Amino acid sequence: MTQAPDHAPKMARASLAHRVAPWLPLALVPVLAVLGLAAIPSLSSWLTLTISGLAMGMMIFIMASGLTLVFGLMDVINFGHGAFVSVGAFVGVTVLLMLGPMTGAPSLALNLAALLVAVIGAMLATGLMGWAFERAIVRPVYGHHLKQILVTMGGLIVAEQLIIVLWGPEEIYIARPEALKGAITFAGAALEKYRLVAVAVGLAVFLAMRLVLRRTRIGLIVRAGVQNGEMVQALGYRLRLVFVGVFMAGSALAGLGGVMWGLYQEVITAQMGNQAMILIFIVVIIGGLGSVEGCFIGALLVGLLQNYVAFLEPKAALISNIGLMVAILMWRPMGMIPVVKAK
Amino acid sequence: MSEPMLRLEGVFTNIAQYHILRGVDLEVPRGRVSMLLGRNGVGKTTTLRTVIGHWRAHGGRITLDGQDITAMPTPAIARAGVGFVPEDMGIFADLTVEENMVLAAVSGPIDSARLDWVFSAFPPLKTFWKSAAGNLSGGQKQMLSIARAMIEKRRLYLIDEPTKGLAPAIVATMARALRELKADGASILLVEQNFAVAKALGDTASVMDDGRVVWSGAMAELGRDADLQERLMGLSMEAR
Repeated sequence: MTQAPDHAPKMARASLAHRVAPWLPLALVPVLAVLGLAAIPSLSSWLTLTISGLAMGMMIFIMASGLTLVFGLMDVINFGHGAFVSVGAFVGVTVLLMLGPMTGAPSLALNLAALLVAVIGAMLATGLMGWAFERAIVRPVYGHHLKQILVTMGGLIVAEQLIIVLWGPEEIYIARPEALKGAITFAGAALEKYRLVAVAVGLAVFLAMRLVLRRTRIGLIVRAGVQNGEMVQALGYRLRLVFVGVFMAGSALAGLGGVMWGLYQEVITAQMGNQAMILIFIVVIIGGLGSVEGCFIGALLVGLLQNYVAFLEPKAALISNIGLMVAILMWRPMGMIPVVKAK
Repeated sequence: MSEPMLRLEGVFTNIAQYHILRGVDLEVPRGRVSMLLGRNGVGKTTTLRTVIGHWRAHGGRITLDGQDITAMPTPAIARAGVGFVPEDMGIFADLTVEENMVLAAVSGPIDSARLDWVFSAFPPLKTFWKSAAGNLSGGQKQMLSIARAMIEKRRLYLIDEPTKGLAPAIVATMARALRELKADGASILLVEQNFAVAKALGDTASVMDDGRVVWSGAMAELGRDADLQERLMGLSMEAR
């Protein structure tokens, strides 16, 4: 063979547009907040709505984050994800009711401890439920999207009926823990304490997920598996085990989201997970399948937009999120931060 | 004669309703580079994918150093010492070059001496160590794909068309790296359309047609015989 010269690459500086493009979705949240500030006449109203929107967005993110990984890593369309939200809410609220003296005490520490116990209980229950759901319902239909939709939808219906059998058909009204009731006043705006807690919990979950996905080997395997599962297996990793772990973690996060969402709305029903699925699917789709960061940004956009529009034009609130999805998909058809290739 | 590193005996593979492999018999001798040649669509890639377990063999037997791996799952085959470089390179575009390499070092942290050896074979990977793999050029992606297989010592490498679409300078870099890999004691089964590369690297060759191996022998013998090339592969390789 003819000896060729060595390949000597040089670092070329990418254009500004190329460097900025990946960060554009991140800018949408502050842009939307600024637009909201321009449209809402009162600063205090804007602040209240913004915190409310961020809290709502964080809770949607918690519920949706597991689903986006399941979508991306396992190529599974799980319409039953809402079942984990409902079951998590019922288990968590049951635990909170059992811890009545702690939730009724005017002590933030005791209230948060009770909330933590309820969240752990809900996550354990939904994590185990996720394991059973993956084995019994999802595993037989890997690779068959239509069957996945049918059987996971069936799983959701069964779970809802089991909730009705165990807890009864009536909706359950719940009071938030004593110290989390009411609001604090900041810059003339009333900020609900519980919403501030929800923002903190959502942020903590997002940072923890990023830490695991970016700094650990298991996170590396998950990120690689979302892109090319076949190659991850060819490197020697048992992706099926990772699938199960991710499914359980995603279910547990949905359970956590269920507890938070239930306390946010102060009422829980067997259908609450099913109802939340519309928002969950919207953020998973606009975020980009398999992208935790995209899901996070999408959830914040949905939360903020819904709150701003509900204040400015209540009738338009119902369609605002669909409009957001249409606009984002026209801009980026694979979602804001696409990870999974079209299949 | 010692046991070959890889042996396929009468392997059949079906993909959906199509019978792609129809009784493949193939041996990869220990410590040698074996070329798998043939026209497009004769089953070369399917053979490699069947060995690594991406496609399940519906008949026949595959042994790695005497161990039956026919029904083993892909991760177990990989951990038994088989490195796979697919035709589409299979790099993780959103991960950095470093993360791709860390992931490929399945048994633990990357051995620094081995990494230096990989860098000496593929210097651009050191330059772009912290860059997203998706931003690499086609040739650099191919380097990363092979480097990932090289980062830990394997008994057998399955490499699918590593020079496809690459500039001559990068083809030469690939060829040098594969020679080094062979010198490291590895056995290599290499699918290659570039006959000049095949002649330069191959010790043995197997030619496939219609899902079967129709000729096996020394690469040098095939390289010398233009009539044989014409008969087996339908075009005169000397013309290339």
